[in-house]
Amino acid sequence: MAGTANHQFHILPPDIWPLIGSLSALTMTSGLVMYMHPDVFSMGWLVLGLGIAGLIATFFSWFSNIVKEAEAGHHSPVVQLHLRYGMILFIASEVMFFVGWFWSWFSFALFPDQLSEVIGGTFPPKAIEAVMDPFDLPLLNTLILLCSGTTVTWAHHSLIHGDRDGLKKGLWLTILLGLLFTAIQAYEYSHAPFDFGGNTYSSAFYMATGFHGFHVIVGTIFLIVCLIRAYKGHFTPRQHFGFEAAAWYWHFVDVVWLFLFVSVYVWGSWGATIH
Amino acid sequence: MATTAETFQAHHGDHAHHDADHKPGFFARWFMSTNHKDIGTLYLIFAIFAGIVGGAISGIMRMELMHPGIQYLGWWVNFMGGEAGFDQNLHLWNVLITAHGLIMVFFMVMPAMIGGFGNWFVPLMIGAPDMAFPRMNNISFWLTFVAFCSLMFSTFVPGGTGNGAGTGWTVYAPLSTTGSQGPAVDFAIFALHLAGAASIMGAINFITTIFNMRAPGMTLHKMPLFVWSVLVTAFLLLLALPVLAAAITMLLTDRNFGTTFFDPAGGGDPVLYQHLFWFFGHPEVYIMILPGFGMISQIVATFSRKPVFGYLGMAYAMVAIGFVGFIVWAHHMYTVGLDVNTKMYFTAATMVIAVPTGVKIFSWIATMWGGSLEFKSPMVWALGFIFLFTIGGVTGVVLANGGIDDNLHDTYYVVAHFHYVLSMGAVFSLFAGFYYWFPKMSGRWHSELLSHLHFWTFFIGVNVIFFPMHFLGVQGMPRRYPDFTPAYSYFNEMASYGYMIMAGSMLIFFVNIGYALFAGRKAEGNYWGEGATTLEWTLPSPPPYHQFETLPVITEANDYHNHLPAGERPANA
Repeated sequence: MAGTANHQFHILPPDIWPLIGSLSALTMTSGLVMYMHPDVFSMGWLVLGLGIAGLIATFFSWFSNIVKEAEAGHHSPVVQLHLRYGMILFIASEVMFFVGWFWSWFSFALFPDQLSEVIGGTFPPKAIEAVMDPFDLPLLNTLILLCSGTTVTWAHHSLIHGDRDGLKKGLWLTILLGLLFTAIQAYEYSHAPFDFGGNTYSSAFYMATGFHGFHVIVGTIFLIVCLIRAYKGHFTPRQHFGFEAAAWYWHFVDVVWLFLFVSVYVWGSWGATIH
Repeated sequence: MATTAETFQAHHGDHAHHDADHKPGFFARWFMSTNHKDIGTLYLIFAIFAGIVGGAISGIMRMELMHPGIQYLGWWVNFMGGEAGFDQNLHLWNVLITAHGLIMVFFMVMPAMIGGFGNWFVPLMIGAPDMAFPRMNNISFWLTFVAFCSLMFSTFVPGGTGNGAGTGWTVYAPLSTTGSQGPAVDFAIFALHLAGAASIMGAINFITTIFNMRAPGMTLHKMPLFVWSVLVTAFLLLLALPVLAAAITMLLTDRNFGTTFFDPAGGGDPVLYQHLFWFFGHPEVYIMILPGFGMISQIVATFSRKPVFGYLGMAYAMVAIGFVGFIVWAHHMYTVGLDVNTKMYFTAATMVIAVPTGVKIFSWIATMWGGSLEFKSPMVWALGFIFLFTIGGVTGVVLANGGIDDNLHDTYYVVAHFHYVLSMGAVFSLFAGFYYWFPKMSGRWHSELLSHLHFWTFFIGVNVIFFPMHFLGVQGMPRRYPDFTPAYSYFNEMASYGYMIMAGSMLIFFVNIGYALFAGRKAEGNYWGEGATTLEWTLPSPPPYHQFETLPVITEANDYHNHLPAGERPANA
């Protein structure tokens, strides 16, 4: 769409996906409400599934269009700068989302309820008979994520130096480490010595680490898209913002994990019986 | 559908830039829009619609509150398809106050100010052809729309004692958790999630646009104050809304999946919800007023034919208000049992906000001082804003005191305070901006006579509604009750008469819009003349479909602070 405009901005044609995406989001949330209230609604899972399918279609088409536009040369330097700003600001909003979960964690850990029988004025609360050993699988996961931070940097430097092979190798390793993290997290959840909910510890623990896990999955998908694009010959040493955005996002989930590891797994579980 | 877009793209790519006024067909233009002006128009139409719904709800509330006793709620419960009964009637009351608050905050003021005027005029004022992310701009609008749908769904499904979410706009636990069984509150929570996602994307769009798309030569310190106000607002949205998202997600899991974030039986704490909510909620009140500040600055300068007094002070006052707005949240929670030192901190921090706010009020007055004043319709609304917002600000300083608030918390004094800053602050600035820019957006003139009539009737109406509420509050009448002792009758009846005046005033507004659209005379490019110096006045009214295809260049000579007459500024379009 360079046209005859005397500026470097990207003026876009009309697009249907914002409308489809919004309607899908409404379908998904409404389906979730229906699913959560089977006494009032039936077939909630169907509506929920339709909404999620619509959202996946939206994400796929929308990002495909962006990639096509990038490959067609519509991403002038200032448009690339827009994307950089957009990604940084998006990550900033994500940080504030996690602030909410850490806020509740610290609130519960610093001021454990005296009156509640399941808490008993201690943290981890009385109802938590045993916690995970932070220096077992959580430490391993910490090392995995830190290691994946270095492999994604390896991929980035290979890309900058025109080494496509190194880019693919680095991305493959990062993705495998991401999948390994998710698998270990799933194993950890299924063998955890405490269930979901019922007290503040297991509520805040599962929601905070669970949302982090969800972000790891999203980041892994983002990296997989980058790997596919690497095989398709996308990205140049000078222009590869899609890759950089994925790497930034990956570092963001990495940093969130470090805070989770330190304040939830180590500090927040200090003094409790180890499972 | 993708094919439609691609076909269009091919077509559009060939011709669009030869003809700046080439518009897509009806469906593509309004449902697939990537044009900041069309999206702005959609937001304004949506906000007016939501305002009618929210305003009609307050009509039902003023009807019920006109006399003591419960008179009409049962009729409305039956009308809504429920079965009237004492508890059901009171539940409907809760639903009404909840819907009124949520609609006015999320679906009227925010879409009108940021979505409507922000979308229309930020790109125009910085000399940009569009927003940075045109598609994301569109999904911001449609997500706001579907959020409204989700809130409407909630009205028709069980929410505890009757249909609808009766939690108040703050959705406090435990009323919103164990206190409201049924799907209604979940629909309302998701309405907030969707509206929040829309606003976060809008915020990212505005910040990126303002940082990267300013015309050559327009440094940050040369930006019009309205653009500054939207920039600060966007940062508040970006950083505050995700915390609300986390808080209401906790509500959702507490309600449906057995977590105990706010359930004391599991060690949770309802006060934690209030902290999380108001960490968002207090920046939110500045989100609703800062763009208004920006508009008032433009309007006061235009109709004083002077650059605004203390430009940098005005810009950084908004930055300061935005920053301090993040560290005063617990002044909404003085009566939950905060430690006295905590209350002292929040009292002091809250009063600090009066300083940058005072900078703004006095700078507007100083702008007018010695100016060549013209009392056109936007200016009278702006003057009304300055006067009435100051009253709301002063009662805010009263309420900032933790000790005084112990008595006034949850009374009508608080209702009076926040309606002075919102229904008279935010709404007056919206009408000021509307009359300032309506001919620019539509190309047609409204009637100045009807606009003034609208102003005076609205001014009288809202003051008759809300000024007596100060007295009711000091007398101890609590908020959020449909009934009251006969001792409170006098001022309640007066407030309800005020509502009738205000409702009549709104009819004048709609007649005025109709008149303008169908019979209004054509507006020129710069119809306010010499005082209107920002870049939107260099364009015709309405502006071309794509403006600034050659970017304007800001130099010392045409910097809008230098206040050159229209003829001596470079023409663009």
